[in-house]
Amino acid sequence: MSIWVNSETKVLVQGLTGKEGQFHAAKCREYGTQIVAGVTPGKAGVMVDGVPVFNTVDDAVAATGANASLIFVPPPAAADAILESADAGIEIVVCISEGIPARDMIRVQRILQGLPTRLIGPNCPGIITPGQCKLGIMPGHISIPGPIGVVSRSGTLTYEAIGQLTALGLGQSTCVGIGGDALPGTNFIDCLEAFEEDKDTEGIVMIGEIGGTAEEEAAEFVSQFVSKPVVAFIAGQTAPPGRRMGHAGAIISGGKGTAADKIAALNEAEIAVAPTPAEIGRTMQNLLESLNLS
Amino acid sequence: MKVHEYQGKEVLARYGVAVPRGRLITTAEEARAAARELGGRVVVKAQIHAGGRGKGGGVKLAANPDEAVEAAQKILGMTLITKQTGPEGRLVRRVLIEEALPIDRELYLGVVLDRAAGYPVMMASQFGGMEIEEVAANNPAAILKAYFDPDIGLSAYQSRKLAFGLGLTGATFKAGTAFMHALARAYADTDASLYEINPLVTTTDGRVIALDAKASFDDSAMFRHADIAAMRDLDEEDPLEVEASKYDLNYIKLDGNIGCMVNGAGLAMATMDIIKHYGGMPANFLDVGGDASQERVAAAFRILLSDRSVRGVLINIFGGIVRCDMVARGVVAAAKEVKLSIPLVVRLEGTNVEEGRRVLATSGLALTVGDGMADAAEKVVNAVGRTS
Repeated sequence: MSIWVNSETKVLVQGLTGKEGQFHAAKCREYGTQIVAGVTPGKAGVMVDGVPVFNTVDDAVAATGANASLIFVPPPAAADAILESADAGIEIVVCISEGIPARDMIRVQRILQGLPTRLIGPNCPGIITPGQCKLGIMPGHISIPGPIGVVSRSGTLTYEAIGQLTALGLGQSTCVGIGGDALPGTNFIDCLEAFEEDKDTEGIVMIGEIGGTAEEEAAEFVSQFVSKPVVAFIAGQTAPPGRRMGHAGAIISGGKGTAADKIAALNEAEIAVAPTPAEIGRTMQNLLESLNLS
Repeated sequence: MKVHEYQGKEVLARYGVAVPRGRLITTAEEARAAARELGGRVVVKAQIHAGGRGKGGGVKLAANPDEAVEAAQKILGMTLITKQTGPEGRLVRRVLIEEALPIDRELYLGVVLDRAAGYPVMMASQFGGMEIEEVAANNPAAILKAYFDPDIGLSAYQSRKLAFGLGLTGATFKAGTAFMHALARAYADTDASLYEINPLVTTTDGRVIALDAKASFDDSAMFRHADIAAMRDLDEEDPLEVEASKYDLNYIKLDGNIGCMVNGAGLAMATMDIIKHYGGMPANFLDVGGDASQERVAAAFRILLSDRSVRGVLINIFGGIVRCDMVARGVVAAAKEVKLSIPLVVRLEGTNVEEGRRVLATSGLALTVGDGMADAAEKVVNAVGRTS
């Protein structure tokens, strides 16, 4: 079991004919993901590495039965690409594009309310269910199947955490990179809820960073609704206020969004906080061992 | 992207937001003509990208054109130190001369993106001149809020609620609600990330005017606002950060002595944190990007090393899809290119990591290979010396 994507997931790639889209779609296919179609307006009939390209998402869905979309579209057109997939009834939309204006995402979020589409990202590494489906740009080889769900606002720091888990023999049910923007389509709580319901997930790793209050809200959710062990790490304990640390959403503004506040909220919710980024895997291992002993 | 007060007001005025009449000057003598034109009695305001200008001596009231010249002489060219500039202060290159207004009340009005709500929120308070964070901490009920969809705008009932809440009546009620609608429109149309009018003033003759204006805009949306993008003032930014942005490197200078070069923003922050954990202090945040090519690594080295306080460098690359041996060759070539002479610790992880480590070990460079993040951080701190 897993959350949201598995070996049945049929993926269309918006922007397949671009350099990045073609490169990563090939990597996803190598991993075993079913890449069934590409969408680039005006390029219907073209084949990319044997995958047919369509003009519209509707056409691609009608011809291939795709139920997930992976977006590599330049940021000025990316919000529109998300909406096109949602309109076509796509269930899981993963948007890799970085630099979508906040105003465009406000519109996307409003339109997605009430639709069955789940958006992951933008500005994210994607989602992987090890051994089944890689829908994104993360390296596939660092993951192994197993009982740990991972959710993170980061990219390479997520790989770091996955690498640590794998090295300790702790495989993953599904890993979700929700992205570093201020307005993510899927948030921590969505993932925590899904991992709590997934019977094959036995523990959850949550990686947050400075900016916003999503970690505080997640901590509150964990204390009320999550029975499974949760380990967290917050990046940016040494970040100065008022500066955007790479990610659009990673900024301490008006004294809000500090790592200290987030760690305090996580501690309050009795979540095990890894003291350093090198100890995320170990903290989960220790927590699981202590639970098995008691 | 931040802009100066005079630029923010210029943008707001296009949307019908009431701002004082003003003239921008760059030499003190221009203050005389500007003051005459504006009615004699004026306010002389330093233009820098930092708040707290008044307390730092950057804002002066002048009763006549002579006093305006005198004030402009004092302010232009001064190094203005406020609580937001840091101890080094900021050189004042431009001054805004504005008409002095018959102020009745000082209020607060701002618009910012509320991330949790997913919508912009207009905030109003009767405590003009105070920082909104302070009001929020001490007296949260004193902040009135109205959330709006930028595609729809602020509704009339929302501006009425805010205006009644601020105690506006008669002419100022009408002017106040019109001001709010104009501000909401400006926020949506310009892809702003913040407009803060503090203080928003009412005048004894029934007007509502933005006495100050702080504006910043969504960097990701500047592709559709060439006019606003052109307002960027590189003099207000750290020269190293400007240089880094030319190479698409995300660099932020900090106060420590260990230079960091990392791929990915989250991992870069985590690397800073682990350096601190082992008793060192990071000199910077630097995201070298996903591919960490030789060209970008060399540019990153040059930027890191032009910070004189850097005594050692930690490179932390989680290769992911990029092969570690490629990254290692890039790092070695770049280190040779810049003739690196201070301790360098490199931690590589990902595909082909053994080959990557071999490239580093046989490079002839005096570098240390870190085995994992913790080991690498400890090694660089030991090489440079603990600072905390």
